[in-house]
Amino acid sequence: MPQPNGSISFILNDREVALSDIAPTATLLDYVRLERRLTGTKEGCAEGDCGACTVLVGRLVGDRLVYESVNACIRFLGSLQATHVVTVEHLAGSDGTLHPVQQAMVDFHGSQCGFCTPGFVMSLYGLWLGNDDPSHADIEKALQGNLCRCTGYEPIVRAAEAAAKARPSEVFDPIVRERETITARLKALAPTETITIRRDDDCLIVPADSDGLARALADNPGATVVAGSTDVGLWVTKQMRPISPVIFINGITDLQQIDVRADGLTIGAGVSYTMAHAALAKTFPGFGPLIDRIGGEQVRNMGTIGGNIANGSPIGDSPPPLIVLGATVTLRSKDGRRTLPLEDFFIAYGKQDRKPGEFVESIFVPSLPADDHFAAYKISKRRDEDISALLGAFRLSVEDGVVRSARIAFGGMAATPKRATNVEAALIGKPWSEETVRNAQAAFESDYQPLTDWRATSDYRMLAAKNLLMRFFLESGGETAQLVRFAAGDR
Amino acid sequence: MDKSTFEERKAIRGEMHASQRHDSAHKHVSGTADYIDDMPEPAGTLHGAFGMTDRAHAEITAMDLSAVAAVPGVVLVLTAKDMPHSNDISPSHLHDEPVLADGLVQFHGQPAFAVIAETRDIARRAARLAQITYRDLPHFTDILDAVAHGGQLVTQPLTLQRGDAEAELEKAPRRLKGSMRIGGQEHFYLEGHIALAIPGEDDEVTVWSSTQHPSEIQHMVSHVLGVPSNAVTVNVRRMGGGFGGKETQGNQFAALAAVAAKRLNRAVKFRPDRDEDMTATGKRHDFLVDYDVGFDDDGRIHAVHANYAARCGYSSDLSGPVTDRALFHADSSYFYPHVKLTSQPLKTNTVSNTAYRGFGGPQGMVGGERIIEEIAYQLGKDPLEIRKLNFYGEKGSGRDVTPYHQQVEDNIIAQIVAELEESADYQARRRAILDFNRESRVIRKGIALTPVKFGISFTMTAFNQAGALVHIYQDGSIHLNHGGTEMGQGLYIKVAQVIADSFQVDLDRVRITATTTGKVPNTSATAASSGSDLNGMAAFDAARQIKDRLVGFACERWQTTPENVSFVANHVKIGEELVPFPEFIKQAYMGRIQLSAAGYYKTPKIHWDRASGRGTPFYYFAYGAAVSEVSIDTLTGEYMVDRVDVLHDVGRSLNPAIDLGQIEGGFVQGMGWLTTEELWWDDKGRLRTHAPSTYKIPLASDRPKIFNVKLAEWSANAEKTIGRSKAVGEPPFMLPISVLEALSMAVASIADYRECPRLDAPATPERVLMAVERLRNR
Repeated sequence: MPQPNGSISFILNDREVALSDIAPTATLLDYVRLERRLTGTKEGCAEGDCGACTVLVGRLVGDRLVYESVNACIRFLGSLQATHVVTVEHLAGSDGTLHPVQQAMVDFHGSQCGFCTPGFVMSLYGLWLGNDDPSHADIEKALQGNLCRCTGYEPIVRAAEAAAKARPSEVFDPIVRERETITARLKALAPTETITIRRDDDCLIVPADSDGLARALADNPGATVVAGSTDVGLWVTKQMRPISPVIFINGITDLQQIDVRADGLTIGAGVSYTMAHAALAKTFPGFGPLIDRIGGEQVRNMGTIGGNIANGSPIGDSPPPLIVLGATVTLRSKDGRRTLPLEDFFIAYGKQDRKPGEFVESIFVPSLPADDHFAAYKISKRRDEDISALLGAFRLSVEDGVVRSARIAFGGMAATPKRATNVEAALIGKPWSEETVRNAQAAFESDYQPLTDWRATSDYRMLAAKNLLMRFFLESGGETAQLVRFAAGDR
Repeated sequence: MDKSTFEERKAIRGEMHASQRHDSAHKHVSGTADYIDDMPEPAGTLHGAFGMTDRAHAEITAMDLSAVAAVPGVVLVLTAKDMPHSNDISPSHLHDEPVLADGLVQFHGQPAFAVIAETRDIARRAARLAQITYRDLPHFTDILDAVAHGGQLVTQPLTLQRGDAEAELEKAPRRLKGSMRIGGQEHFYLEGHIALAIPGEDDEVTVWSSTQHPSEIQHMVSHVLGVPSNAVTVNVRRMGGGFGGKETQGNQFAALAAVAAKRLNRAVKFRPDRDEDMTATGKRHDFLVDYDVGFDDDGRIHAVHANYAARCGYSSDLSGPVTDRALFHADSSYFYPHVKLTSQPLKTNTVSNTAYRGFGGPQGMVGGERIIEEIAYQLGKDPLEIRKLNFYGEKGSGRDVTPYHQQVEDNIIAQIVAELEESADYQARRRAILDFNRESRVIRKGIALTPVKFGISFTMTAFNQAGALVHIYQDGSIHLNHGGTEMGQGLYIKVAQVIADSFQVDLDRVRITATTTGKVPNTSATAASSGSDLNGMAAFDAARQIKDRLVGFACERWQTTPENVSFVANHVKIGEELVPFPEFIKQAYMGRIQLSAAGYYKTPKIHWDRASGRGTPFYYFAYGAAVSEVSIDTLTGEYMVDRVDVLHDVGRSLNPAIDLGQIEGGFVQGMGWLTTEELWWDDKGRLRTHAPSTYKIPLASDRPKIFNVKLAEWSANAEKTIGRSKAVGEPPFMLPISVLEALSMAVASIADYRECPRLDAPATPERVLMAVERLRNR
């Protein structure tokens, strides 16, 4: 049985903390600012969109200690078991010597008002640790989750390039220096059984593995299951919704497996976008650029594909491409597993085929036949770190110039991620030609009646959806039909 | 003494005109720069939260706050009735802006009460428990709606007139009319509003406020409390961005914190959540510009008649001077022989719009540039050709008078544009783009070169004054204070450079101290780009006073004459003797010399008569130009900014590194305004873009892929400003009008450039695609 008075143990900069009195809704940001008076980490938006609260969280992936930038404002304190939280205060030497990343930001005038700066420093630090020769594309990607309103970013990018030249061997670096010690300490903190913290009426549960999750969910069928907290975080910070009982699953390593086989790819529900990127991009080249445009780096480090599916948002970015690829989702409960096509999982707005006690365990994505065309196109007001106005995914096979099969699905066009079956029907059996495409475009109007909201009008969504089919056609013939900021090999 | 020239002395660190890092840079990067929420809180500090309404326009018929007050940890619930003296914080003094709504809700989200509790979390949770009953009233959030329903104004409109526009429009060989919508803009300072009030003895209170205008906070707090201004001290060390959003909008937070602090005799902090900040504080005004222009076959403008209607929100705030400044810049860089410009500051049921970098000027200028674009497309010419034809002429050319009858005396726009056209290789690139567009089916490109001419000074003449306070202590260390506030723009370091330069001491001998109403009184907002012009000169004046006394002392002590005394590289040179600065100061102290001075400055020359629309409201103009090249996707409307070249005039820069930062940052912020930043209200009058998840400011990956920014190094201010420098805060914000126009050109390629696409701002991907579609269907 779970221990009623558990505690969450992690390392904060250079000291270990064990907290047994944690509210389910307590955030890492409030903890470091209010309780530890580490005020270098700022609150800019409290929704994971501005990056002023960026800290690094180190965790063990297998035996490897990996540090990732995360948004402290929507990272729950209860989700930090066996991690190393690094705030901006940890970077400079004890004599005040600035870290190369910090020094470059000073030298290149990378700060003006300075409020976003600690967050930028931490994102740049995360990049610096993993990439000693970042291209502009790498730098921009690492900074997608950080807003600066003063500098126009140019000096920050210059600072990132300059900082990369000063490497750990030459300079003081707290993470590099402590890597082995921290690895050992985190291993010791890895949970072997479910941690439960009760506080008044609140209940916070951290299962050690998926069996523990199944049991915890059976005991608490109404519990909020939280993986990356990139959505649930906002329920708390913006809507002030209670989430107790809450089950934090981000530390469950057996849900973080990616299994690549000839017949397809199995992705554990706890795999983050960042972790999924390599496998998905390799197996389905059309997927890589899309993942790079989901949230910012911090959100991709926290958010999971399983969560993107489980929360059933009509504007989630991963369901449409997964649906056209024929993905299935496996749900698990204490009583067993069931597998269903992903598109059947989404029943209606806010309603998914997930029964009490069930959780999303994994997603299977079958391999794509070599001759199939596949693409996913995201349209948003701002290119990066924006929620889609619409997202179209297309998969098509052509035999002797004739469309043999077609699967098309969109997000942002209906109350759920939804197939464009009429458009598909208008394509199948027809020559794969511009004329066919033009004729099929009209069918979008029978598949979708999109809404008007702040992201786009209904008219725009419809027109853009039709045009994306044209883009898909042109690209399948090798034509340039979309903008690319960095061409292959372009730094 | 001519304040604009200094001897060449290179031996100190941090002289004027040298690139210097921001004084807080090392603290910014290490997280040790304290913003108000980072300061240690006094014991027992309480926290405030707004109680917000959810109607755009309604009477409050009942407000039951018992559930709010009953939450454990709630200490006080404030309503309009609890304001000790006045519920009014109208910065225009038209008494139209309550601290808390008193029976009448005028915009969706308007605060009607405030909760003070032991923690911020408790206050926020409790604030949601109010039961408010409303009687709905009709609401108008949009400019056209407001016009259709009587067009009520929040303040007096302005007319600028010269010549006979009506008659000349009739006579002109060509004439066209059009209209354009220009969206507003959220400031999105990274640090939201915050105030911390600490009660003092008797009627005293100290307020730390994230404000560009400590003196106004002081006045508003004293007015609401009913205490004299001398009881209220307002401090601000730094803001995490302001951009105009903290010129008047901090008043309500400071007033509520102060009222609660005095009532409870405990410190009270008020920090709204980002969504609340974006909902309850004003933004850049959006405009609807209707224009009517007469011109000839060459493209030379004969007459312009334009109306600038603005969404001002429910109260006047700064809408009068904002809409005035829109008219002041409706000419952009062009001479209008006959002109009539009118403003229409409309009342709407939206949050009251306020100052934002450029203060209406950018909207005015976008309208002016649209007129040029229209003429160019009608004549089938490059808009740059039309621009050059219509630039203001040299002084005395007969083409040098603005619509407000000020003579443009310092015109360098033709030189700036010519230099940039050459250095950016504009003509060849334009030809290449025309070729590219002929061949490319989906992707189209556009390029545009647009100028900037921006008038510097507060149009309210009285605001053009400033004070500074300089002390030298016995060890030779210098304490600097002035009325300007630091919001990231580098004002503190620039003024410190002035002091270091004046005394010829290293910059690190000068300590920059937090702005406070207790040291320098009656300050103007740090706004209108005026910070370094005004405060730099005031500090210079303080230094001059002390130096005069020190020179007098040296003459007496060393028995010499003033021409033999000079300040050189951390020393004072008396005859041939070099005395280290600290030692000299110690001796001056022993000689009973006053080592402290209050400096003062007021801008010369300017005057403005609003009633007649005539005067010289601006001391000088700052100039610049940009070439932007973009690509658009004609299937989706998505776009990218491929390259930008900027040449900008800051006179003789006080600090080139800081100025470059202002230009690059201003450009990207202005680009955001004209591209992806869209404010969207629903049919209930709710602003639905009230957080960064829905309101999209530029990212690093949106900045121009190639971004070349240069200062016009040959420029020096024709007026005797500090070091002959020019203001830099706002003018670069208008450079990205070139991005909007380049997008427009890319769209126009669809119809072979025969028609102006009339792309409204912000040019979101949707607006670009819809403009493409309009042209396709012609």
